[in-house]
Amino acid sequence: MNEITDFSGDMIEYLAEQERKTLLRFLTCGSVDDGKSTLIGRLLYDTKLIFEDQLASLESDSAKHGTTGADIDFALLVDGLESEREQGITIDVAYRFFATAKRKFIVADTPGHEEYTRNMATGASTADLAIVLVDSRQGILRQTRRHSYIASLLGIRHIVVAINKIDLMDYSQEVYDKIVADYLEFAKDLGFETIVPIPMSARYGDNVTMPSENMPWYQGPVLLDHLETVPVESKLVDKPFRMPVQLVTRPNLNFRGFSGEVASGKVKLGDTVTVAKSGQASKIKQIATMDGDLDSAEAGQAVTLVLEDEIEVSRGNILVAPEARPNVADQFQAKIIWFDADAMIPGRSYVLRTEADSTPATITALKYHVNVNSFAHEAAKALNMNEVGVCNISTQSPIVFDAYKDNRTTGNFVIIDRISNKTVGAGMIDFPLRRSQNVHWQAVEVNKQAHSELKAQKPAVLWFTGLSGSGKSTVANALEKILHAKGKHTYMLDGDNIRHGLNRDLGFTAEDRVENIRRVAEVARLMADAGLIVLVSFISPFRSERRLARELMDEGEFVEIFVDTPLEVCAERDPKGLYKKAQAGEIDNFTGISSPYETPENPEVHLHTVGHDPFELASRIEDFLSKLEKKD
Amino acid sequence: MSLTHLQRLEAESIHIFREVAANFSRPVMLYSIGKDSSVMMHLAMKAFYPAKPPFPFLHVDTTWKFKAMYEFRAKMAKDLGIDLLVHVNPEGVEGNINPFDHGSNTHTHIWKTVGLRQALDKYGFDAAFGGARRDEEKSRAKERIFSFRNAQHAWDPKSQRPEMWKTYNTRVGKGESIRVFPLSNWTELDIWQYIMKENIPIVPLYFAARRPVVERDGALIMVDDDRMPIGPDEKVEEKMVRFRTLGCYPLTGAVESEANDLQGIVREMLTARTSERQGRMIDKDESGSMEKKKREGYF
Repeated sequence: MNEITDFSGDMIEYLAEQERKTLLRFLTCGSVDDGKSTLIGRLLYDTKLIFEDQLASLESDSAKHGTTGADIDFALLVDGLESEREQGITIDVAYRFFATAKRKFIVADTPGHEEYTRNMATGASTADLAIVLVDSRQGILRQTRRHSYIASLLGIRHIVVAINKIDLMDYSQEVYDKIVADYLEFAKDLGFETIVPIPMSARYGDNVTMPSENMPWYQGPVLLDHLETVPVESKLVDKPFRMPVQLVTRPNLNFRGFSGEVASGKVKLGDTVTVAKSGQASKIKQIATMDGDLDSAEAGQAVTLVLEDEIEVSRGNILVAPEARPNVADQFQAKIIWFDADAMIPGRSYVLRTEADSTPATITALKYHVNVNSFAHEAAKALNMNEVGVCNISTQSPIVFDAYKDNRTTGNFVIIDRISNKTVGAGMIDFPLRRSQNVHWQAVEVNKQAHSELKAQKPAVLWFTGLSGSGKSTVANALEKILHAKGKHTYMLDGDNIRHGLNRDLGFTAEDRVENIRRVAEVARLMADAGLIVLVSFISPFRSERRLARELMDEGEFVEIFVDTPLEVCAERDPKGLYKKAQAGEIDNFTGISSPYETPENPEVHLHTVGHDPFELASRIEDFLSKLEKKD
Repeated sequence: MSLTHLQRLEAESIHIFREVAANFSRPVMLYSIGKDSSVMMHLAMKAFYPAKPPFPFLHVDTTWKFKAMYEFRAKMAKDLGIDLLVHVNPEGVEGNINPFDHGSNTHTHIWKTVGLRQALDKYGFDAAFGGARRDEEKSRAKERIFSFRNAQHAWDPKSQRPEMWKTYNTRVGKGESIRVFPLSNWTELDIWQYIMKENIPIVPLYFAARRPVVERDGALIMVDDDRMPIGPDEKVEEKMVRFRTLGCYPLTGAVESEANDLQGIVREMLTARTSERQGRMIDKDESGSMEKKKREGYF
């Protein structure tokens, strides 16, 4: 919406002026009840950007849900969800648009509750400036620090500290000075270019759009003036050329173009560009748009580039300046902010998504997590919801990236849960890890095929999963005997046995279980590579780790065998006396009792054990394997 | 040279169109014949040029749109050479659902919400573009650009996926889908300026002309065909009117206006004192009604 104009001048000229205005994207953040929504409501109201019908419904809403007595509750202008108005809080980020004579604005009003940090981060990820609100009565709170830290982490360089509700502290300069000093002290290492503190009453409008008569001691700018003048000109155009390829446009045999939005830099006809992943180079032959071909394109433009040569480029690759190439690596360090209630666990497999690329990835090491109060680095085994950590990440295939501090577009990624598809985290890349550049897979001449031909068998990983006491090892043993008798080369990896040696250092927490399975899966892979039929007998309670194991093996090589025995039966059998102990509370994290078991969704073999003999069950698996061999 | 405001918006929308085309197996664009749909269609043509948009367009019809809208729909499909699907809810036809006998709530629910769900299930679409803008309404202002829907097409405003940067999460499970809003960050003024700059065709009802209207509950309702009952106290008058938004004719209020060209419309808009949804009867049924409809699967 625009300022309401008493309109009489030359409209075309006026509209052209609108077009040329710069855009500032900012957010309001800070703790609960510091008045973020009220401030935005006040800005819109004072700049006369609220329509009459909206004002009428605001007045009726204020009477119904308002928290300001007889006055208009400006927060209700932005708290658009029913549960927000009922509870008088902000849950999710709201985007509002307004313009003044000098500039256009997109403002993200973000929630103050720690629980909704993900929504604050959403608003901050696209913003250039943050208004951090502080309640004069409360001073700097935990959320003030957390939000300032996240703003800094996401690359915001301009901060306004809105010291709000100063009317409730008698417009005291002393209170203001104290809060300013506190803020500057803790924010000194957060890398902000500008920090502008303003004493304010959002409810009554002091220093929002007009200087306050109540605070003659304050000589600085009012909020709106500052927002209109803070320099935010994008420097993206001056950075090296990058264009992530979104899709290949091929309407007919004569046209093959690479479509994407230029992330940084510029490019013109005849320029040489390099395909980041392959290093192949070509020249720009055409820059196609529906409005006609262009001579050049720059950061922010969506175009379709045609190259001189027929070289391989597909989605996920980036066309780059040959003299300033990005990193291409499958291991790197990044800062991760975690959004999900299920903690991030090193070793677990997730989907990593950059702007145009996507690949399975695991966090190989959580180096430390950052205490948002003291900004101290603390050791951690997992990253809980709303925590920030520094991690090493390994991707299944290499991705193209810049450091986030150099380029917010080519340096970011999100983490997606492979089963629920939820966005569970977001990351900012620091740098590639040296080892990924220096460790290469050693090519061997006596390969898997040679190994298995000599043994006259097809290698396989038979993965037995099920509760403790379900009969995994018993069935696996029976099967190994059958296979051995038929002259097959086998090896059994048993959960308990491995924990005596290779995995002696691991316990039974969720993190350690993930690592336990990862190691066993890697060992099984090496053995399959040696041509063996590997029997793995592990509880392996989590779907995501079984999936990780499956993905390590070749297609068709992994056979998931669900040994399905009801919990009551397992507990009754209790061959090792463990259920009794677990039920007595003597064992923590016991699967089925105090730790979950996620049943397989599509196992290759599903065995109901009750009432069946182990050899009968084992021969069913053998039947399945013979059918597999015949298929080949 | 730095990009102008409309160039920035255009590039952002094109980027969104391409992300959907590259990631989903069966996208569709919801086409409502209004000005926002016209802009969205134009942007889709740009996004894939010189190819055609790699998805069909779908109009969920209520049978109660203005005659001029149906004429325009036919013309656009022909001129652009696109694949335009039309879905009409058979329950609506059978029950002869209309706003006069059943009220605007039931009318909208059956024709639009249920009709849309039927169409999405029938074709198995996993992504659907809609022309909604965040400046239209308070609950819209809260919605993501890529907005997740469960297998029942429901929106859960309390647990939206975080949406960081322009790095969109396009993954969905079986039966789930994403509603995508490429015009999220456009305002009404942006839309009109863009229509003017790009010379985009729109339904003539947006321009003022003499039309037969009756005054009903404070709104001017156009008598578009003889299905509209005229009360004993009501009087059909010819008035110079135009529409700021278009929907079902019995539920869309006209405004008195002399603006018969784009410049006139923009001039009028710049001095407007009321929001465009004011003419929409369906938003006023109850407080928070848009959010409620959206949670049920309305666009």
